[in-house]
Amino acid sequence: MNWTAIGAIYRMEMLRFFRTILQSFVSPVLSTSLYFVVFGTAIGSRIDQVEGVSYGAFIVPGLIMLSIMTQGISNASFAIYFPKFIGTVYEILSAPISFLEITIGYVGAAATKSLFIGAVILATAHLFVDLQIAHPLAMLAFMGLTCLSFALFGFIIGIWAQNFEQLQLIPLLVVTPLVFLGGAFYSVSMLPPAWQTVTLFNPVVYLISGFRWSFFGLADVPVGLSLLAIAGFTCLCLAIIWWMFRTGYRLRD
Amino acid sequence: MTSILHIEGLTKRYASGHEALSGVDLTIEEGEILALLGPNGAGKTTLISIICGLVMPTGGRVSVGGHDIARDYRKARGMIGLVPQEIALEPFETVWNVVRFSRGVFGKKRNDAHLEDVLRSLSLWEKRDAQIRELSGGMKRRVLIAKALSHEPRVLFLDEPTAGVDVELRRGMWEVVEGLRARGVTIILTTHYIEEAEEIADRVAVISKGQILLVEEKARLMARMGRKELRIELHEPIDSLPERFRDKGLELVDAGRAIVFHYDTRGERTGIAALLAELSEAGIVLRDISTRQSSLEEIFVGLVTEDTA
Repeated sequence: MNWTAIGAIYRMEMLRFFRTILQSFVSPVLSTSLYFVVFGTAIGSRIDQVEGVSYGAFIVPGLIMLSIMTQGISNASFAIYFPKFIGTVYEILSAPISFLEITIGYVGAAATKSLFIGAVILATAHLFVDLQIAHPLAMLAFMGLTCLSFALFGFIIGIWAQNFEQLQLIPLLVVTPLVFLGGAFYSVSMLPPAWQTVTLFNPVVYLISGFRWSFFGLADVPVGLSLLAIAGFTCLCLAIIWWMFRTGYRLRD
Repeated sequence: MTSILHIEGLTKRYASGHEALSGVDLTIEEGEILALLGPNGAGKTTLISIICGLVMPTGGRVSVGGHDIARDYRKARGMIGLVPQEIALEPFETVWNVVRFSRGVFGKKRNDAHLEDVLRSLSLWEKRDAQIRELSGGMKRRVLIAKALSHEPRVLFLDEPTAGVDVELRRGMWEVVEGLRARGVTIILTTHYIEEAEEIADRVAVISKGQILLVEEKARLMARMGRKELRIELHEPIDSLPERFRDKGLELVDAGRAIVFHYDTRGERTGIAALLAELSEAGIVLRDISTRQSSLEEIFVGLVTEDTA
């Protein structure tokens, strides 16, 4: 494993992050605060507790998930799409490094950024609601794995995309609806039975459910299933990336 | 001399069906400067891109320093530096950061002294903290070279290094190349400026339609293929050449004011002395004579047109 090369990619990506630190920091704080004002205070005051948890606190895990998923995808997809777009990707492709090293560098940096944003949102949420974390280690594990797997997914999108529109397409048309319909702001048990069944086909439900369990000890689906889902998703993404580099898909002619 | 780059039966057919390379064989010696000449679309960039790992070959083998570029890609690529044809740089990074990145991504330990050397040799040291977007086109090109040199490659590919670069900068670029040769770096440069190949290359390879037409030492090539031209200015213009000169390959030009004679430098006798004597016998008075060697450009154009004919 060429750690020097991985470090070089990681460092360069983090430099970009720190150059726009204000934007990276302010944007999640602002959007989280808005969610709390709208959902937590205005609407939440008319909603009773959800399964024994105040509505304001209940949406925190969903909010964090929403942000780290979308941020993970956008950071990682942009990280590899931008070099493709401006042509600097030639250097990465001609360097004596393997697909795994390239992926660890880029995806590691993108996951770090989302982890940072997740932490910022958690801290902001503390200002608005009283939060108890029932299983801190599991919470960290779920958050870390989600950051990682969605950064991997974003990396795939970045390699696949051939223009800026395609880069936005999947996050906009697939991921955002899945997250909103995945129980970010409600419990699956609040839905009519028929919709509960449909919802179980949404992979994001498993992630949000597991993450919420780590906060409040309550889940829509068994925690083991949540872990399995996220591990499976990570493996699938890794396999696709491996295939992309092996065949040179949209990277090498 | 030992060979550092060995290419055998290399072919490339793109998904579109276009055959960019059809069986290229080429061996490059350590420490030489090879100019790869060819018209646009001849396969120059495809050839370089395969060697550097940017394009996957359809068939054939390439080894760098004895390391196969597919099986042993880490060792092979580690020896190569590439300066691409297009300027591709991250606009918001500083010169220092992009150069340091290049060294790191090639797996070399941090060495600020070496990077300083490279930047100084390319007159970029003063600009090390400037963002790329603030630099002129010529400086950006030099940053590309600095990046390629940051990891101390033994083989350097320069893909059209002086395309669209002004004359002064081109000279500067040649000096840089000369300096690299002095350090023992093998250089392969593609160009369609014949002047460039003539100026700095040791050997010239001509590629056209995906095939290497010839590889030869520049001097030998010019001597072998070079024809000389003798131009005889006449004192008084003449209407036509006298009968006795008809089959001697002479040409009357400039409205009868000059005669041009083509001869082969390889010949034992060039026939110049005899011709001059005969002209004087025929009563033609000479005003001046001059000779000119055909340039690499004429040789090149001749080869490529022959190939396309």
